[in-house]
Amino acid sequence: MQETMIQSSPRLPEDAIFSATVEAGDSFVHEILQGQFICIIDLEGNQAVDTLFYNAHNYADRYSAQDTIREQNNIYLTTGTKLISTERNVLLTIVADTCGRHDTLGGACATESNMVRYAIEKRSMHACRQSFLKGARDWSKQPGRELEKRDLTANINFFMNVPVTPAGELSFEDGVSNAGKYVELRAEMDTLIVISNCPQLNNPCNAYNPTPVRVLIWDAK
Amino acid sequence: MHRACIFVPLKCWKGTAILNSFILWEEILPGSSTWSHILKRGTALRIEAIENSTNVGAIFLNADNLSERLNLPDTLKAQQIARLTTGSVLYSDMGRILCSITDDTLGWHDPLGGCSDATLVAKKYGRSTYQAAKNSWHQNALDGFLIELAKYGLNSRDLMMNVNFFSKVEVSKDGNMRFIENHSTAGTAVELRAEMNTLVILNTCQHPMDPEKSYAQRPVKLTIKKVEAPGPNDFCRNVRPENSRGFTLTERYFL
Repeated sequence: MQETMIQSSPRLPEDAIFSATVEAGDSFVHEILQGQFICIIDLEGNQAVDTLFYNAHNYADRYSAQDTIREQNNIYLTTGTKLISTERNVLLTIVADTCGRHDTLGGACATESNMVRYAIEKRSMHACRQSFLKGARDWSKQPGRELEKRDLTANINFFMNVPVTPAGELSFEDGVSNAGKYVELRAEMDTLIVISNCPQLNNPCNAYNPTPVRVLIWDAK
Repeated sequence: MHRACIFVPLKCWKGTAILNSFILWEEILPGSSTWSHILKRGTALRIEAIENSTNVGAIFLNADNLSERLNLPDTLKAQQIARLTTGSVLYSDMGRILCSITDDTLGWHDPLGGCSDATLVAKKYGRSTYQAAKNSWHQNALDGFLIELAKYGLNSRDLMMNVNFFSKVEVSKDGNMRFIENHSTAGTAVELRAEMNTLVILNTCQHPMDPEKSYAQRPVKLTIKKVEAPGPNDFCRNVRPENSRGFTLTERYFL
């Protein structure tokens, strides 16, 4: 087990300008302005929060998992991690993290990948990419906000534990998160966040019990 | 080096069946170059290193429906791997197999490091324009991929995580990534069998984590072959139950 970087936030929930609870199986799409802080709280523990970020003014410029891990030379995300975009901009920086590490290699579950991973009969079970597609569709109803399947690329899984070994093995392990743990990011540019609060029932990423998370936003100080 | 349809049967024993594969053509892909081809189901692409320390970046799309494409997270989690080798398959976002790795003399190909871009190349090797340096100008993999994607009507919204064949990035217990130098040697090869009609885009720029100080252009030999369809005893199919289901879903797509 790596040494985890625990960093708490000085911001108080009562000072937040925005608060929303996202239930498991739901999507959440929201714009965050440059300088604002966004916090995701794992309310009940061991919940995977599948998250994508975009440059709010150009969705083609979006979070890039490979560029982010290569730039920091480490596959786990935690305090200090700069989230790098495909155009090599810094979208956000993780400024607080009481969980210690987050995954960006495991991707988002889909009905199709559930068939491969678990059983072909699992096709009809709810999955993150269903929520991503629904969230993207709803967001795109307003002109100038087109977001579709091809924009839904490799994501971050906040609070999820996907260790990789020096021998090149990768596994999904029990979460390292507990009730009340949180991760907080500062937007370095105007950013769109797209969350699927993971409904997965077939693996330990949610401790087989998907639960709600809270999203808080603070203005720049 | 463009010889059409050389019917050289390459006989090899696999169990009790003699498999015949036929070379359709061979070509040399120079260093820092981009290549694309729709690799048909029933054919295979063999990539062979001609020099040491080669790198071949690669992305894959379903040629019959370009919205379906390589999904590396799905590929890694379905097979519980952070490296690619014989028996590994490349999953699309639709739970199907675009290509299988049917042969690999190296043992490790990198799915983590991503691709170089213009800023990274200029910082590492300095700027070198086409005007000044002609074919030895400094190119980068990101631009190579984007230009090639544009030929199929696609753009930067269609980018995906890429594979780097012939390169190795090792991850330590605490998550640190280390590029392994001198991993590949001349003559090592990897073979990809198309399970769907797959748009394969290759780029031979250096790996973005390669600490080598000089800009190097390392060519590879590409061989396109006709190969037999994977049978019930196929190694890639049976390497784990996930892949068996992946093959079933892929075969259903063509019914």
